[in-house]
Amino acid sequence: MAVNTRVLEWTETDLGVAGEQREVVRAPAAVLSAVGETVDPTSPDVVRLAADLVATMRVSPGCVGLAAPQVGVGAKVFCVDVSEHPKTRGHHGTFVLCNAEVVSGSRNEKAREGCMSVPDFTGDVKRPSRIVVRGQLPGTGEQVELETEAFEARALQHEIDHCDGMLFLDRAAGAHAVYARKTYL
Amino acid sequence: MTLHAITVLGHDRPGIIAETTDKLAGLGLNLEDSTMTLLRGHFAMMLVCEGAAPDAEIEQALAPLTADGSLTVTVREVPAEHAEAGAGTSWVLSVHGGDRPGIVSAVVAVIAGVGGNITDLTTRLAGDLYLLVAEVDLPADADVAAVEDELARVAGDLGVGVTLRPADTDEL
Repeated sequence: MAVNTRVLEWTETDLGVAGEQREVVRAPAAVLSAVGETVDPTSPDVVRLAADLVATMRVSPGCVGLAAPQVGVGAKVFCVDVSEHPKTRGHHGTFVLCNAEVVSGSRNEKAREGCMSVPDFTGDVKRPSRIVVRGQLPGTGEQVELETEAFEARALQHEIDHCDGMLFLDRAAGAHAVYARKTYL
Repeated sequence: MTLHAITVLGHDRPGIIAETTDKLAGLGLNLEDSTMTLLRGHFAMMLVCEGAAPDAEIEQALAPLTADGSLTVTVREVPAEHAEAGAGTSWVLSVHGGDRPGIVSAVVAVIAGVGGNITDLTTRLAGDLYLLVAEVDLPADADVAAVEDELARVAGDLGVGVTLRPADTDEL
């Protein structure tokens, strides 16, 4: 897997604004089921949103990604950082993408997912384990394409789904694939 | 071959499954399909087992479970069913949103309306979030796009989200 060094080197300090923690909303909030708006990644509001998403992710135990709808903003912006997670293989550190989409995917794998916005359930979801994602970095707006696998690939698809108004519940693998959560992070 | 449908319902505690299956094994009954779960904290067991013991003898063997009134047991002989290999298509239906009465009935009516068959269905309520996930067989000639449109319309009226996706199998 080729790491995109531009994305790997990006950090939230590149945004030039200090992020503030925002409140995370929970299902059945309508914003979680609405398709997010395409954004201008260079706009100050989007830069601030990006910083706030990272700041909120940082203070949330076990959180490896957070999308704008989860803080009540219907926009195609999300952050990810799986670098500290034990299931991670390759990763790109902390980054934020705007207007991201999955370009291609292969090698489906099933795994159990949880979500800060659905705190009482976990569920089995099948997703490609190798994907190519295209999106824009907030601030500069430059387009980046990254190839990723395993846990980072799953996290990216989970967050892109949020931006499209989808929860992991919409992808539950079957009638017995959703579970009551027993341990909370 | 005689089949018996058995249900055990009531207050959960450790050992219900162990005691029930011990009694059934003692009668030489063979557990075939079963579902055992908790429904809002209540223990619920449904199973079909095979064996020569008559219903009355099974009921008698399971009677100690019901002695303190915390569990209800039913035993009933049932005929063998042969699941037909369907010519239709398999789907997973997912519905979630704010809890309110009538979500399940409205959504499954759409499936029934096109002759679809629900082969498994689970609902869960956590706080205000209501979730339904069902396995659905649609007839081979069903207009899936029309079913999706109708599901979306019904879900829109209820203020919930609905997804219908193929239950694809990766053959290995």
